[in-house]
Amino acid sequence: MTLAAEIDRDGTSPEKLLSPVLSAFWDEPEPWTLETYRRHDGYEGLRKALAMSPDDLIAYVKDSGLRGRGGAGFPTGMKWQFIPQGDGKPHYLVVNADESEPGTCKDIPLLFANPHSLIEGIVIACYAIRSSHAFIYLRGEVVPVLRRLHEAVREAYEAGYLGANILGSGLDLELTVHAGAGAYICGEETALLDSLEGRRGQPRLRPPFPAVAGLYACPTVVNNVESIASVPAILNRGKDWFKSMGSEKSPGFTLYSLSGHVAGPGQYEAPLGITLRQLLDMSGGMRAGHRLKFWTPGGSSTPMFTDEHLDVPLDYEGVGAAGSMLGTKALQCFDETTCVVRAVTRWTEFYAHESCGKCTPCREGTYWLVQLLRDIEAGKGEMADLDKLNDIADNINGKSFCALGDGAASPIFSSLKYFREEYEQHVTGKGCPFDPARSTLWADDTDDTNAHRGVNA
Amino acid sequence: MTAPNQEVSLGMPQLPAPAYPAEVRARLEADAKEVIARYPGSRSALLPLLHLVQSEEGYVSRTGMAFCAELLGLTTAEVTAVATFYTMYRRRPSGDYQVGVCTNTLCAVMGGDAIFDRLKDHLGVGNDETTEDGKVTLEHIECNAACDFAPVVMVNWEFFDNQTPESATRLVDDLIAGRTVEPTRGAPLCTYKETARILAGFPDPRPGAVEATGGAGAASLIGLKLAKGEAVGQARVVGPRGAAPRDTPPHDPSPTEHLSSHDAPQQTSASDPANPAGPAAEEGE
Repeated sequence: MTLAAEIDRDGTSPEKLLSPVLSAFWDEPEPWTLETYRRHDGYEGLRKALAMSPDDLIAYVKDSGLRGRGGAGFPTGMKWQFIPQGDGKPHYLVVNADESEPGTCKDIPLLFANPHSLIEGIVIACYAIRSSHAFIYLRGEVVPVLRRLHEAVREAYEAGYLGANILGSGLDLELTVHAGAGAYICGEETALLDSLEGRRGQPRLRPPFPAVAGLYACPTVVNNVESIASVPAILNRGKDWFKSMGSEKSPGFTLYSLSGHVAGPGQYEAPLGITLRQLLDMSGGMRAGHRLKFWTPGGSSTPMFTDEHLDVPLDYEGVGAAGSMLGTKALQCFDETTCVVRAVTRWTEFYAHESCGKCTPCREGTYWLVQLLRDIEAGKGEMADLDKLNDIADNINGKSFCALGDGAASPIFSSLKYFREEYEQHVTGKGCPFDPARSTLWADDTDDTNAHRGVNA
Repeated sequence: MTAPNQEVSLGMPQLPAPAYPAEVRARLEADAKEVIARYPGSRSALLPLLHLVQSEEGYVSRTGMAFCAELLGLTTAEVTAVATFYTMYRRRPSGDYQVGVCTNTLCAVMGGDAIFDRLKDHLGVGNDETTEDGKVTLEHIECNAACDFAPVVMVNWEFFDNQTPESATRLVDDLIAGRTVEPTRGAPLCTYKETARILAGFPDPRPGAVEATGGAGAASLIGLKLAKGEAVGQARVVGPRGAAPRDTPPHDPSPTEHLSSHDAPQQTSASDPANPAGPAAEEGE
């Protein structure tokens, strides 16, 4: 009996639970090419969009219920609608491809395998918001993806999907691919705009919001890669098809990224609302002989969950009701060999390193969190430090200039909530009770399997 | 006594950076103008221009920053402020190959810490240091959006997925020996300077670079294969619930294999009562 048949006894076959749309042809030999994309209805959504009026198009995307896939879940069509029309100013679309949230790994494989879905979505969005210049702000540390974006944009210009009078519609559009230079904070939309203007990437005070005064102080839409890349399929296959997936408030399909101590790490495109248990069941579960200890639903900035939360529907409302956020659907799973203090310390070091320094609660708070956590991890902490951690996190959360501070507080609050006992063990035992060697990818390998690991020549 | 010609700091301001040689300057200026033309506002070209000057010298020199400032009508202070904000701009000459080991939480736990430690030992360098032959600069990096391929090593920002200490030492040995090295995802390696040019927005001119390593990595395809009814997993092992064994003795917190601190300052007198400097003074003292 095949695995699929076995799982189907529970009525939960992967064929029924998953819904590859953006990833549907990634297994073809050259999925990134225009030729492959066209064979899979590429640029058909654009034709349908150009047959509509821009205002009808915005209304259509709004009616589809598409929500931002970058973490916050703001309705995409509504963002477009906020752009003032007839104001005489240039309008800009900026695609946030600065994917850097720890655990998040969906936009990079999407752009590597299917960059044209983003370009088609960009053309549609620019037609809707009356923009004639769009930017893709790609983080710099992913040169293989940059290469394919350069090539896809070149192909799109050559085929008349970019440039002057696109498909005879009268729409002119320039698309600039812009590589960042290594700063997590530039994933924050206003920091991204400052960075794109050639400045240090520090968040701006809002209001004014980017829809009013964004890039070069002109009306600007900033959307995540996956949000924009989802638009062509909605246009081509219809909003009712889109709404047939997911829930009423969280309709559609999305990419879930499973990583960590699981048997089948990777990308799973499914309707919103699938659970981690379903994903683990279909993909082989945790690595053999181990059990789930804690996980993040949407990257390190979303409060962590435990095995109590395996059946939480992974949509905006479901995860929110359980006390976390859907975020980027980065499902980082850690098993019982992992020290939660070590994990949180490392995430906190990341936030301290990436804090832009603009506001005091975040700049100072993350620094002191690191000092305390390193002491606790090394067995030099005191019990009072645990309350101090909570207190400092409380002074960052909601009091910082942007969401980086809130993100830094999330792992502290949630780990103290679920694993306070483990922190206490580090203090009373004057050291870490875990052996990091047991957490590694190769910890359970026999000599034979280890010899075959490591893929580079 | 001071030897002749030895630089002595007298608190004088630094002399202006030397200019590029004329032919370098002419070449860079033509490239820079192409970059600037991509943007409605010229200052937007600053990040790509810093990548461009890095492609010339392998790092962002004072000469490079002065060049950017001049072309964009900015002060060198404005350019320096930006260049020092972003981690991809190097401040000093470094190796041909930048080997970055991800030590953010997930990769670190999956083995990134062990890989980084092995490479430090093997190469005899610390974080952000270069081997004596000038080939390899080792550093630890933050999450590079490849968590489903953990542990990840990046060389000149190409992906080397699912690494082990053994595969990573082989990798750096090959780099040092000048053997051809191909990433798991990405194109055959070029030098750091050549990579910086791509980052400045000039497409990789090498034939086959875009196509290299195929459409998608194995992990990227796993959901698609399952959806098509192709079996990829083994048994289901979500279960059993209950407390983990926690009666193991404290593990020796050896800094080499465990402590999170790879670079930033760790000890302060305020945080460590045992510090010889003593606890920090009470507020108001």
